[in-house]
Amino acid sequence: MTTQTQLATEVPAVPTAAAPEAPAPRRGVRPIPMTRLVGVELRKMFDTRAGFWLMASVGIVSVLATAAVIIWAPDEAITQDTFSSAIGMPLSVVLPIIAILSVTSEYSQRTGLTTYTLVPWRGRVMSAKVVSTLLVGVAAMFLALAVGAVGNVVGSAITGLDATWDITLTQFGNIVLANVLGMLMGFMLGVLFRSSAGAIVGYFVYSLVLPVAFGTLAAFQEWFRDLQPWVDVNFAVTRLFDQTMTAEYWQQLGVSTLVWLWIPLAIGLRAILRAEVK
Amino acid sequence: MISVEHLTKQYGPFTAVDSVSFTAATGRVTGFLGPNGAGKSTTMRMMVGLTRPSAGRVTITGRDYHELVNPGLEVGVLLDASAQHAGRTGREILAIAAQTMGLPKSRVAATLARVGLTESEADRRVRNYSLGMRQRLGIATALIGDPQVLVLDEPANGLDPAGIRWMRDLLRGFADQGGTVLLSSHLLHEIEVIADDLVVIGQGRIVAQGSKAELLAAAGTLVRTADPAQQDHLARALHEASVVTNPVDGGLRADADPELVGETAHRAGVVLRELRAADGAGLEEMFLELTAETAREGAAA
Repeated sequence: MTTQTQLATEVPAVPTAAAPEAPAPRRGVRPIPMTRLVGVELRKMFDTRAGFWLMASVGIVSVLATAAVIIWAPDEAITQDTFSSAIGMPLSVVLPIIAILSVTSEYSQRTGLTTYTLVPWRGRVMSAKVVSTLLVGVAAMFLALAVGAVGNVVGSAITGLDATWDITLTQFGNIVLANVLGMLMGFMLGVLFRSSAGAIVGYFVYSLVLPVAFGTLAAFQEWFRDLQPWVDVNFAVTRLFDQTMTAEYWQQLGVSTLVWLWIPLAIGLRAILRAEVK
Repeated sequence: MISVEHLTKQYGPFTAVDSVSFTAATGRVTGFLGPNGAGKSTTMRMMVGLTRPSAGRVTITGRDYHELVNPGLEVGVLLDASAQHAGRTGREILAIAAQTMGLPKSRVAATLARVGLTESEADRRVRNYSLGMRQRLGIATALIGDPQVLVLDEPANGLDPAGIRWMRDLLRGFADQGGTVLLSSHLLHEIEVIADDLVVIGQGRIVAQGSKAELLAAAGTLVRTADPAQQDHLARALHEASVVTNPVDGGLRADADPELVGETAHRAGVVLRELRAADGAGLEEMFLELTAETAREGAAA
């Protein structure tokens, strides 16, 4: 206490000068509703040049992929299924990156300082981000479905054959689920790394390196072949795109996403709630 | 009003903020002064819930920050003007803040005008902003919710002299209308022209606090002799009158009121060129002294 050079024990009260009494009576301060937070998060996904082009790329990729199918696919392959696969593959790369950036830009660009000050409940901010990310994902899938349908009509008109509509509601539902899981995967990496560069590198390891590693292992090691669907999350998710899901497939999807998605997501969220924001 | 009680933050064995207590009073501008790394920013981050305190608490208008249901409408915060997405325009950043708080869009243009950002500046991306423009944008974000309390970390950083004067007038007006302002700085000159009360922190501890007038009065007297050669003579005379002095550029600072110093000089037959209350010079010296003192203690501990 010797260093405490207390030059004044009390901070003086309000100056005697004729300062206006109290400010205008407080207007009713209302809590921030969740819908508003989701709206804000959606806005933040579109309002930078990078964000805008990332979003625009969803539309651009759909159109380019559709055009490519019309130009290069053989006549008998002009079916809705071909279009949806052609659009779905590049989209499954773009969508998770949108999810990653919605989280990491708060840290890499340090906007979290403002965000978490205005909304000091980080769990709510994260929930709003998940909701807005999934809204974008589902909207993108419907856009892709529509572009693919137009492509199918145009393609069939060019080939002179009847348009083949071979996507069932269940199939579409599975494709949406696969992309939603992909986006959650991106979200999880964003939450875990809290840095755009780290999370995107992590994402490519997840989606490119791991499948090859697991595939190679399964090709050379007998014992791993039966195990692969349980541990290789990409393997389990990819089946949503092109196979009829059996009960066992669903179980394998559940187990592999538990390890590769849900547990790391929980760890990352816990860290986000506690970490210091600088 | 902001009330800080025994606020402490430890990082492992290192204590960044050590049982800091002070009050920022309603209707006054409180300056939070300390050298770099003294714990100012950590203290401010703890106030607004970005950093968890190890001990102690902060209440703003009597409540914990997390109890405010829409904090932007009650507390305006600027912690780091550079912490903005470089790809957004100034207007967009302000619009996001307004939308989060649930304010009408018209407030954005009005607030931009209030902080002196022009329409064309507002439509530029923040990556092309000068530090001064970022500060103005950050202050706009703090002000847009029309709060009663402002917490500003180094807001004068990067402002030109006209900008500092502008901010002084803005914060003065804010406090005069019954608002509470807490602003930090590592530069005494900056804070001296703005603040009513000062809280000085060094090595995570409060080393002095009080109104600016009190701290300035405690800063002693500045005296200059007409003939520099006579300065030592005066210093000796003052020592004999048991007044502590230290040399400051071209003169002496004495721990006594001007009257006593003048009398002593007269008796010693020294002709003076200048004799006045030390004001800023003394406060700065005190500031350096106090912070150096804790620095030594910190090293010895």
